[in-house]
Amino acid sequence: MKFRAKVEVTLKEGVLDSQGRTILGGLRSLGYGDVEEVRTGKLLQLSLTAEDQAQAASQLEEMARRLLANPVLEKFTFVLEQA
Amino acid sequence: MKFGIMLFPGSNCDRDCFHALEEVMGARAIPLWHGEADLKGADCVVLPGGFSYGDYLRAGAMAALAPGMEAVREHAAGGRPVIGICNGFQILCEAGLLPGALRRNAGGRFRCEDVHLRVENYDTPFTRLVPRDKVLRLPIAHGEGNYYADPAVLNEMKARGQIVFRYVTAGGEPAPEANPNGSLENIAGVCSPAGNVLGMMPHPERSVEALLGSEDGLFIFRSLLEGVDDR
Repeated sequence: MKFRAKVEVTLKEGVLDSQGRTILGGLRSLGYGDVEEVRTGKLLQLSLTAEDQAQAASQLEEMARRLLANPVLEKFTFVLEQA
Repeated sequence: MKFGIMLFPGSNCDRDCFHALEEVMGARAIPLWHGEADLKGADCVVLPGGFSYGDYLRAGAMAALAPGMEAVREHAAGGRPVIGICNGFQILCEAGLLPGALRRNAGGRFRCEDVHLRVENYDTPFTRLVPRDKVLRLPIAHGEGNYYADPAVLNEMKARGQIVFRYVTAGGEPAPEANPNGSLENIAGVCSPAGNVLGMMPHPERSVEALLGSEDGLFIFRSLLEGVDDR
């Protein structure tokens, strides 16, 4: 079966996001003074083949842990759908 | 002692390492290709600075998967020395050969300037010949050198003497204003539990000739060269 996945990688809570902070400053300079925080992250879109949804999910979990995210600093979530 | 300098696509401090080791130190250095899991008899592996794989995904993340790094892993497991400078430090963290990770600089800027360093552990193959209480002056040039480790990991590291360098003022104080990138506790370099793998953000290979401002990097290379024979 073919699947499409979206993996979202973001910094863990409490890890300083200096890109986010800089973007926040940019938004404020444009006049959006009500914005309180900006957190950045990465979106990875994968197409993959697996026997079933469960196998695809366990593969994604492993890929995210081993490469897509750095567990020291980042956390991840993913959504998976049949292609 | 033979140095092996590993080249990745995007390494850009490898020539500086060759210059420092061969021309200044008179040591033997050979290039190692990241695609080959063969260290060609190198006694010490150098992972130079640069932007391996364009820093894609995360700095050092792709280089950590190279076949050459498998050989480095075995080399390190045998207790032999590995030094990662700047991007090399990032690669060692991504490869799990050193604890922690390097975040984007706290100020959001790429920092390219001289810093002062204090040696926190003299009992490593890289620091044994640094004069006691000497404040080293070395350059940094990085956008992601903001060291982080979980509090529990950091405590273990301290207990084992794995903090090797801290950013300090010219007077030797690890003050906040001496920290160029927001690194936890001003950490500039760390080593493995056994002490044979070192990662550092500052560039010792750029500080080997007084003409160019500082020769404090020589202490590190001398420690490696002269330290190996008595082991």
